[in-house]
Amino acid sequence: MKEIIQSIKNLSIGFKSQDGREISILKNISTSINRGETVGIVGESGSGKSTLALAMMGFAKQGLYPISGECVYKSKNLLDLSDRELEKIRGKQIAMIPQNAGQSLTPNLKIGYQVEETLKLHTNFSSKERSIKITELLNKVRLPSPNVMAQRYPHELSGGQQQRVAIAMALAGSPDLLLLDEPTTGLDVTTQAHVLQLLNEIAKDTKTSMVYVSHDLGAIAQVSNRVIVMYAGEIVLDGDVRQVLRSPLHPYAHGLLNSIPKLSLPGLPAAMPGTPPQPDENSNGCSFYERCELAIEKCISSKPELKSFSNSQTKVRCFRHDKLSEKELNKNIDSILPQKSKAKRVLNLENISITYSRQSILDQILNRFSNKNITVKDIDIDIKKGETIALVGESGSGKSTILKSIAGLLSIKEGNIIFKDDISLSSDVRHRTKAQLRGIQLIFQNPDESLNPSHTVEEILSQPLKLYFGLSGIKLKNNIIDLLKKVRLSEKYLYRYPRQLSGGEKQRIAVARAFAAKPDLILCDEVTSALDVSVQAAVLKLLQDLKNELGTTYIFVSHDLAVVRAISDRVAVLYQGRLCEIGSSSAVYKYPSHPYTEVLLGAVLEPDPDLKPKLAAEDIVEEKPPENGCCFQGRCPRVIDEKCFKETPPWQISENGNAIRCHINIKDLLKNQS
Amino acid sequence: MFLLILKRLGLGLITILLVSIIIFTGVEILPGDACTAFLEREAKGELLQICREKLGLNVPAIERYLTWSYNALNGDLGFSLSGQKPISEIISVRIRNSLVLAFTAIIIGIPLAIILGIITALWRDKLPDILISTIAIFSMTIPEFISATILILVVAIWLNWLPGIVIVSSNTTILELLPNIILPVIAIAMVMTAHMLRMVRSNIIQVMSSDYVQMAILKGVPYWKMIFIHVLPNGLLPAINIIALTIAWLLGGVVVTEVVFNYPGLGRLVIESISDRDLPVVQALALILALIYVGVNLTADLLTLLVNPRLRTLQIRK
Amino acid sequence: MKNTEFEITEEKQISTLERVSEVLIAIFSRPSGMIGFSIVILHIIIAIISPLIVPYDYKEINSLIMLKPPNETFFFGTDQLGRDVFTRTLMGGRIALFVTFFATIIAIAWGGFVGIFCGLVGGKIDDIVMRIIDAFLAIPWILAMLLIVVILGTSTQVLIPALGFFYGKGIVRVARAATHDVIARDFIMAAKARGHGNFSIIWNELLPNVRDAIMVEGAMRWSWMLLAFSSLSFLGFGVSPPTPDWGLMISEGRGLMSFAYWPVIAPIVALSSLIIGINLSADAFAKALGIDRTQKAPV
Repeated sequence: MKEIIQSIKNLSIGFKSQDGREISILKNISTSINRGETVGIVGESGSGKSTLALAMMGFAKQGLYPISGECVYKSKNLLDLSDRELEKIRGKQIAMIPQNAGQSLTPNLKIGYQVEETLKLHTNFSSKERSIKITELLNKVRLPSPNVMAQRYPHELSGGQQQRVAIAMALAGSPDLLLLDEPTTGLDVTTQAHVLQLLNEIAKDTKTSMVYVSHDLGAIAQVSNRVIVMYAGEIVLDGDVRQVLRSPLHPYAHGLLNSIPKLSLPGLPAAMPGTPPQPDENSNGCSFYERCELAIEKCISSKPELKSFSNSQTKVRCFRHDKLSEKELNKNIDSILPQKSKAKRVLNLENISITYSRQSILDQILNRFSNKNITVKDIDIDIKKGETIALVGESGSGKSTILKSIAGLLSIKEGNIIFKDDISLSSDVRHRTKAQLRGIQLIFQNPDESLNPSHTVEEILSQPLKLYFGLSGIKLKNNIIDLLKKVRLSEKYLYRYPRQLSGGEKQRIAVARAFAAKPDLILCDEVTSALDVSVQAAVLKLLQDLKNELGTTYIFVSHDLAVVRAISDRVAVLYQGRLCEIGSSSAVYKYPSHPYTEVLLGAVLEPDPDLKPKLAAEDIVEEKPPENGCCFQGRCPRVIDEKCFKETPPWQISENGNAIRCHINIKDLLKNQS
Repeated sequence: MFLLILKRLGLGLITILLVSIIIFTGVEILPGDACTAFLEREAKGELLQICREKLGLNVPAIERYLTWSYNALNGDLGFSLSGQKPISEIISVRIRNSLVLAFTAIIIGIPLAIILGIITALWRDKLPDILISTIAIFSMTIPEFISATILILVVAIWLNWLPGIVIVSSNTTILELLPNIILPVIAIAMVMTAHMLRMVRSNIIQVMSSDYVQMAILKGVPYWKMIFIHVLPNGLLPAINIIALTIAWLLGGVVVTEVVFNYPGLGRLVIESISDRDLPVVQALALILALIYVGVNLTADLLTLLVNPRLRTLQIRK
Repeated sequence: MKNTEFEITEEKQISTLERVSEVLIAIFSRPSGMIGFSIVILHIIIAIISPLIVPYDYKEINSLIMLKPPNETFFFGTDQLGRDVFTRTLMGGRIALFVTFFATIIAIAWGGFVGIFCGLVGGKIDDIVMRIIDAFLAIPWILAMLLIVVILGTSTQVLIPALGFFYGKGIVRVARAATHDVIARDFIMAAKARGHGNFSIIWNELLPNVRDAIMVEGAMRWSWMLLAFSSLSFLGFGVSPPTPDWGLMISEGRGLMSFAYWPVIAPIVALSSLIIGINLSADAFAKALGIDRTQKAPV
């Protein structure tokens, strides 16, 4: 039954460093892919998973070359073949769906042409047959009006549409093996769920084997039969999806799964200490030794091999795997301290409306829909001291817009922002008092961008201290060292430049910088979205610890609902700039009342293959909110009648404490949802 | 899209207007006027008066500016003090000569630059690239008058293959002009080609490392097909702009080369008129050369718009 | 306590020097950088000390020894007025380097200032200023320079600002583009959100990041300016005789090339080597700083 399509034996790929050393990115990889199976390859940045996927097509990026081993497809070693021979295989028998579809489509060619190109190269169809096939393919990937679509250029499509085109292009040659490199990263939650469903269908229909590379365990869980976990360039775990995700037998995999926040479990996930080794750090023992709780003497002196044990197919690279079967997942959860209900108010958003158009940058051709009028309307939120309130929504929900207005970077059209007991806060930074400026601080999403590359850590942290407290000299330095301590970084970071730090370290500096001002309120704009999963957990823990210590209030914006669940007390759900639902996290997550919240939560991917996402709404990208009626009318699966299109829905409060805006009576909603 | 074209044309016109103002003001600001400059030491008394009246210098500046620009639009560029002829006559002949030079240099230089640029990009860091790029760098950095002089030294004097200096007058027929343009064309083309090929090279290298080229490889597109269909159209697109700038440079900036070879073109006229202190001619020349520059740039802009699908649908600036 | 403080300050000093030496090492590790830099340094040294080491007086005319080919007494031979070509070549770069060096500083100063200003201000003012600059660019520099020189004279007081002005235009573009780039980044927004004043943001956050791009462009401009300066001298509109200048020497010796090549070759080699040296250094400089210079056409 099991036919092996591709087999990889002892493959090592690497590059020559500037001083002539040979450094491997992939170390001694051995595995195989069977017909009809979908293998998920999981790893964080630096694990080598993308390099492995490309190697399966006999391709290595500029500068990389195979050091040893082979990659055999249909009894030929792909790494030995000439370019000519590879051209015949690529696109026809093995096809790739790339990570950033938008960048991977040639900008000067129409999409119809690019799909047809694959057909022309790898099939014998006549011109007429090709046109029919193109329409068929575009239909298969659920692109509307295929004939119109085919005449468009890549930049005229949205991100989700571009991804679908990439899938169509890959399927055109009817390949035996599909390689997917993070195909859904960057897509909205609901779009992602739809694309994954599509992939599952395709796998079932065509019996194509798939290799799905991702850092997102939720996505992997949905599509894979088998999962391979990579760490530091090696395979550490290779087995059936349920085996790997439910009872992972490698300490790294175990730690990784534990560090992912899950919808069903409140509280912070446990973070793994340390960081993965650099590619040039080679040890005689296990690469995970430094971070492993179960490590013993043997682990540092000899290297474990990847092998299966007892009668299962699962292969593990660990001496201590038997100890793990005794350890349960999700044991180490810190629960959040309960909130005192008599807390003072920190910020009040009163009836806020914001209008602005985002300017598109010509050379960052994302999708043309990002150039719409983003309006935020009727936002009423009361924020209490010491709480963490999350703003969730997809792109276009206005969550970042609201945050920027609170920060004073964007002007509001109507409404008031009231800070503590003061009068309204000006929505322009320049008109705020120093005390107000000090009281509200902002942390950004991308740590590479939010730190000035020409400043040392010391200079970066001295900015707020000098500005707000007028510190200088020894006092300044001591304060900075204190701040570093707070974010668990040692003194030696003082003189480093951002480019010498990892993503997690940079984000810690950004956190330290925010806390330097001793603020009352910190605005977190997708602060963990750009980080690796395991680093994410550590940063979340840091934020929580600091909150416990200093009583800071957080407004936490994120599109990742599981992360929000882990850290927030209250949640506000936004769609197209309007508030849909607001309430305590436990209430909203347990009893999502608003139809959009229902859709949103339903689409979240959990790292459990048996928890399937619910695709209730269509995957349409809306350009702007409707003029009248409920904001969700375009996609709502529970639309009732004219009222939804004409009248603004009223607020209703459920017995659990969630407040929603809907025309349907909340009691009926809850009944229908359970 | 149509609106974009109109917008561009409008901007071009504004630039021309600005240029004319700058030129006029520039000349005005300099101490003295056209007559004092030209007559120099004899600039006094009656002679000065006559000269001034002839040139209409006694009216206020703004009026002069308007008359000047109005006349220019109608083809009357004023009167040359040293040549004692209408300027348009003088300039038209020179333009013709310079065009012959420019045209030949372009026909040879641009295709050569593109081909060499592609070669050096595709065989990057290998022998063809190292060879060609080194020659190009030398060509680019050595001043034109030096390369022109070396050319004369080697080809005309040591090898005696071609005449070194042009001795025909500016009014000769194109046919008689031709043998004289060989060395100047080589001198100009060398520099022009070198610049362009370096730019083509860097553009293509950039495209070659893009995601979509990687995707094309992974689709199994054969190498040369990929180069022609995926790489070149994207890599050569910016070349249009560069060609435009280079052409504009050709017409004005080859002053030095024309002087070295004594070629009777616009460039040499610049030197002559300045040496003669013939300000009306200088002014007219500045205007013509600027007009050519703006015109060429505008054409390049519009061409790029037409060819680049991305610019056609996105209309936002900044 | 005392020891720790001392250690800390030590580290800090190393780190500031570190950056500069980092860059220098990166430049020297490339063959192009090494060659280029050495040539430039050599030229500068010669230019400075030449009056002290030259064997003869540069302006001494001696009709008896006109156009003698290179020999032991006159290493590069003599020119048409009997002057020693070797002496004149060694000294030929002095004025050129002096003028162009200061002109480059002026160009960087005004170009950087206007470029950053436009990049920050944006909107209508930016449009207008760029339009005016474009209009200036449309006028061939040589025409403008010649005109200025003819009317105002060829002294260094005229040449330095004139060259500086005309060659600053290229820097405006680069500074403006770099400013646009940096301004859009999060750390600028972060500084704004903290409440830093505009001036503080420009000085602390923006400048250190655009400085590199401007410096590299400035280095390139320097080589263009040398070219322009020599061209001017060549045409007779720059330095006046008997001052030794390479451009002038080439022009003077041109007519006699058929029977005496040495008065022309020596300055050619000198000038070319300097310009190539600056170009190579600027290239290596750019690569060392990781700056991508999408090139434009001359001037």
